[in-house]
Amino acid sequence: MAARPKLERELVEINDKVTAMTRRVEDAIVNSIKAIKNQDTSLARAIIDGDEAIDDMEDEITEMCYLFLATQQPLASDLRYSISIMKMVTDLERIGDHCEDLAKYAIRMEHEEYTQELIDLPRMADMAAGMVKNAIQAFLKQDLKLARKVWKMDEEVDELFRNIYDEQLDIAVSDSVNTRLSIMFAFVAAHLERIADYATNICEETVFSLEGRWEMLCSGH
Amino acid sequence: MADKEKAFEIRGMNLSYGTFQALKNIDIDLYKNDITALIGPSGCGKSTFLRSLNRMNDLVEGCRIEGEILFDGKDIYGKEYDIIALRKKVGMVFQKPNPFPKSIYENIVYGPKLHGQKKKEVLDEIVERTLTEVGLWEEIKDRLNKSALGLSGGQQQRLCIARCLAVEPEVILMDEPTSALDPVATTKIENLVQELAAKYTIVTVTHNMQQAGRISNRTAFFLSGEVLEIDDTRKLFTNPSNPKTEEYITGRFG
Repeated sequence: MAARPKLERELVEINDKVTAMTRRVEDAIVNSIKAIKNQDTSLARAIIDGDEAIDDMEDEITEMCYLFLATQQPLASDLRYSISIMKMVTDLERIGDHCEDLAKYAIRMEHEEYTQELIDLPRMADMAAGMVKNAIQAFLKQDLKLARKVWKMDEEVDELFRNIYDEQLDIAVSDSVNTRLSIMFAFVAAHLERIADYATNICEETVFSLEGRWEMLCSGH
Repeated sequence: MADKEKAFEIRGMNLSYGTFQALKNIDIDLYKNDITALIGPSGCGKSTFLRSLNRMNDLVEGCRIEGEILFDGKDIYGKEYDIIALRKKVGMVFQKPNPFPKSIYENIVYGPKLHGQKKKEVLDEIVERTLTEVGLWEEIKDRLNKSALGLSGGQQQRLCIARCLAVEPEVILMDEPTSALDPVATTKIENLVQELAAKYTIVTVTHNMQQAGRISNRTAFFLSGEVLEIDDTRKLFTNPSNPKTEEYITGRFG
């Protein structure tokens, strides 16, 4: 039997809730880009409606954490873990907001005629969603190696973002018919880039939770 | 820690009761005006260590101490050390309030009288000063001649602290000073301890981890007679260096 069964049980419940929230957020990322690619407004509306559930999960996990702090009075690694969860769910909630914005772009682009095949944006979305999923996995498993790996992926996402941005800017300038659409695609890419940044925040929370220090993972130490 | 003045330097200290070794190779410094909390499971040696700092273990049969405990640079277990002077400088407050069955006034002046102070005006001044220091003066100044046993538990404990202050100590040792008190009286003692640290060095044993976190600035973790870790309280409670400390403070011990 665990030395503090109630504390352990509450931590498991919090972890389960975080896993469920992550799954929703991950789906929202993949689906928002699917809605844009397929000009699927009903999927987009489902993402917008679904954001409330993500917001509620953030509130619920935050409440679980502060009740955990108040009643279990955790110290050391338990304290760092619960504080990190509270910060992390804020990041997840913000990722949800970005997905909602992406879904709104899908609705605005409903009647646009796409003259280019969308390849890099879905790739970027897959990468961002994978980063979020793995960043949370790294946190829940307290896996520093995985956290560093995910953190490193952000460089690729940034690179992809710069390419998409430059490409769409070129189109916007040279092709007046597609100016509006290209600007919107550039914004979509910017949202995905921010989502990947939130994943790196979560990786930094893993370092704090494990080692009790804030570390910019880029330092490589 | 280099800039802080040391109150105690403990070097290679071992303490045994007969064949049982209660403290093993203790090598730590206690700094002036610090509040140092001693934590650890029952029987780990923290109270034994505390009592060694004013030689209260001398009275325990079969107690043998090795190593050095330097107080203001002098070994308190050295042959020429004046034990009466030591106990004047290093006072003690116990777990349960233990006022003498005398008046409030007599409780306070007991120590100064023992040390030769006879002048009434000086004794009066000591009573007012110490009771003011512990925040009791306004509460009980009109009943100084009444029995100390008529005070509440929290008031009795503050009286015991005042009694300790009456002989102008440099260090106050506290052995679980609030374990017999309710939360309101505990808060008053905790606030008082923090105020006293401006003038005195405080070393306190506590089983209450939250209390150690609230009041102390340094914490030592004892286990099986050893100091496994001593550090800044904020560091020790958020990111201890020793896995055993981590296990103990997160309640996963044993």
